[in-house]
Amino acid sequence: MKILVCISKAPDTTAKIAFTDGDTKFDEEGVQFIVNPYDEWYALVRGLELKEANGGSVTVLNVGAADSDPIIRKALAIGADNAVRIDAETTDALYVAKQISNYAKEQGFDIILAGKETIDYNGSQIAGMVSELLDSPYISLASKLDMNGNIATIEREIEGGVEIIEVNTPFVLSAAKGMAEPRIPNMRGIMAARSKPLTVVPSSEATAATSIKGFTLPPEKSGCKYVDTAEELVALLHNEAKAI
Amino acid sequence: MSVLIYTDSSNGALTKNAFEAANYGGQLAKAAGTDAIAIVAGSASGLEELGNYGISKVLHVADTELDNFDPQKIAHVVAAAVTETGADTIVFTHDYSGKSVAPRLSAKLDAGLVTGAIALPNGNVVKKAVFSGKAFAEIEITTATKIISVLPNSLDKVETGGSAEVVAFSTEIPSTGITVKEIKKESTELSLTEADIVVSAGRGLKGPENWGIVEDLAKELGAATACSRPVSDIGWRPHHEHVGQTGIAIRPNLYIAAGISGAIQHLAGVNGSKVIVVINTDSEAPFFKAADYGIVGDAFEVLPKMLEAIKQLKA
Ligand SMILES: Cc1cc2nc3c(=O)[nH]c(=O)nc-3n(C[C@H](O)[C@H](O)[C@H](O)COP(=O)(O)OP(=O)(O)OC[C@H]3O[C@@H](n4cnc5c(N)ncnc54)[C@H](O)[C@@H]3O)c2cc1C
Ligand SMILES: Nc1ncnc2c1ncn2[C@@H]1O[C@H](COP(=O)(O)O)[C@@H](O)[C@H]1O
Repeated sequence: MKILVCISKAPDTTAKIAFTDGDTKFDEEGVQFIVNPYDEWYALVRGLELKEANGGSVTVLNVGAADSDPIIRKALAIGADNAVRIDAETTDALYVAKQISNYAKEQGFDIILAGKETIDYNGSQIAGMVSELLDSPYISLASKLDMNGNIATIEREIEGGVEIIEVNTPFVLSAAKGMAEPRIPNMRGIMAARSKPLTVVPSSEATAATSIKGFTLPPEKSGCKYVDTAEELVALLHNEAKAI
Repeated sequence: MSVLIYTDSSNGALTKNAFEAANYGGQLAKAAGTDAIAIVAGSASGLEELGNYGISKVLHVADTELDNFDPQKIAHVVAAAVTETGADTIVFTHDYSGKSVAPRLSAKLDAGLVTGAIALPNGNVVKKAVFSGKAFAEIEITTATKIISVLPNSLDKVETGGSAEVVAFSTEIPSTGITVKEIKKESTELSLTEADIVVSAGRGLKGPENWGIVEDLAKELGAATACSRPVSDIGWRPHHEHVGQTGIAIRPNLYIAAGISGAIQHLAGVNGSKVIVVINTDSEAPFFKAADYGIVGDAFEVLPKMLEAIKQLKA
């Protein structure tokens, strides 16, 4: 079973969010970057579990510049067999999706796993785009994935419940909570990661369909109004906030 | 030129979120001086009601093969409707259905997509929340055809009155590899992303046996219940109630948080809420900084008293 896990680089969940260049660029100064949590905790770990149970390989793929290498090494330390970085600036989802699908087309993966969204741009786009570009089935927001031969049984979140579906490989899936439990890399993994192959390939021809014009920060809350009793609170919610 | 709106009916009837998309698309079309046309895939009734949100026409593909939601098929149907109507803007809701179909359509039509829009576009520029609600981005769509998915509860509803003309539409539906085996709905519960009011609790509640006071208050308010991550991790509450950066992001009108400290990862999923109420014994809890109203007090006392006060208010 040949598994591809798409990983992206994201600012640490506690990072301070600020902008530079006239509020058009994210200020990376002092920001710690991590593997996007959904990609690492759910997509990657489930991919590794499936490989451990059924044999095969797990490749991690990132579209990005050399500053992605540390997070790629982290994914190798957790257990991926090899890694590919498509050398490109990433500003637009369709552009990134085309890079991923152009690469995947040549490789013939059985399963392509991604996270449900990145925690910086919160797109929830790339996996769906890749599936269309590969003409593959797409299962979004999956919370369980089991394989029996080349048949997958998948549980996915839908409005107000879950749906259980069956699909044959190849398919593309975006992973949400529930798929797996996070793994912490051990010393052996970290050592082994140093000698695992990280191949850098050039980007393919593709155009972007969107561009970021600028960022703004939300207005500060005017401050919390403290009240002493539940009765007072309910009255304010009714009369002032008109929320109940 | 027109605006095409995908209105989800995967429950057999239009969802609340379908009206969110209709409302957004209706207002968008009106501003652009063009028509708002909806596309519905699968069995559904009551489609005329979309007229109340500015939709003039509904294309209905009443093929039962579409009753089980399959994004690959639906993207195909929506693309056929784009050809039929000559639409240059396609609108989805940024929910479970839109997240699956909109990206496929974007790749199919080579059209730029912005997900999670929180306002009507300004020309080709769409505003959305990024960094889990800690900032906003203005994103320009540079292709001729544009796709926008709107975040629920972002735009005030404008009721236009009127009833939409429903016309049958058919297109060849491709066979795909997905078979739906089973759908499990917790139909009695109000879905978290659709709820106007959410009552949420954290580790401060001490144990699952204490959730009665949360549920009672939610029931009285017609609210959904939610929880912090550790609470669902230790199994006190089901996973689908977990809100925050790694759970569900919600933007209800009112978010009541009891016994939740207000960690940055929790706030990321709830800071789009219009009014935030925090109940916490610790006056230093970070959540108060993000709150509109706060009570420094014991949830075990405050929640039951709120329930009483609300009952009296209604009486
Ligand atoms: C990468 C990452 C992602 C994360 N994602 C999420 C996420 O999506 N969602 C999320 O919620 N968390 C998330 N977390 C965890 C987050 O950092 C916090 O640990 C978590 O939100 C704390 O939950 P809590 O407020 O319920 O518990 P605690 O932090 O233990 O707070 C309990 C609060 O209850 C108060 N309290 C105690 N007794 C009472 C009482 N009787 N009445 C009233 N108040 C009382 C206490 O003063 C305290 O403030 C994430 C963490 C990481 C590292
Ligand atoms: N630059 C990238 N390289 C590789 N995979 C990516 C990249 N960006 C996003 N992804 C994958 O696509 C998923 C969804 O991202 P997005 O659509 O941007 O929210 C992520 O969780 C990753 O699995």
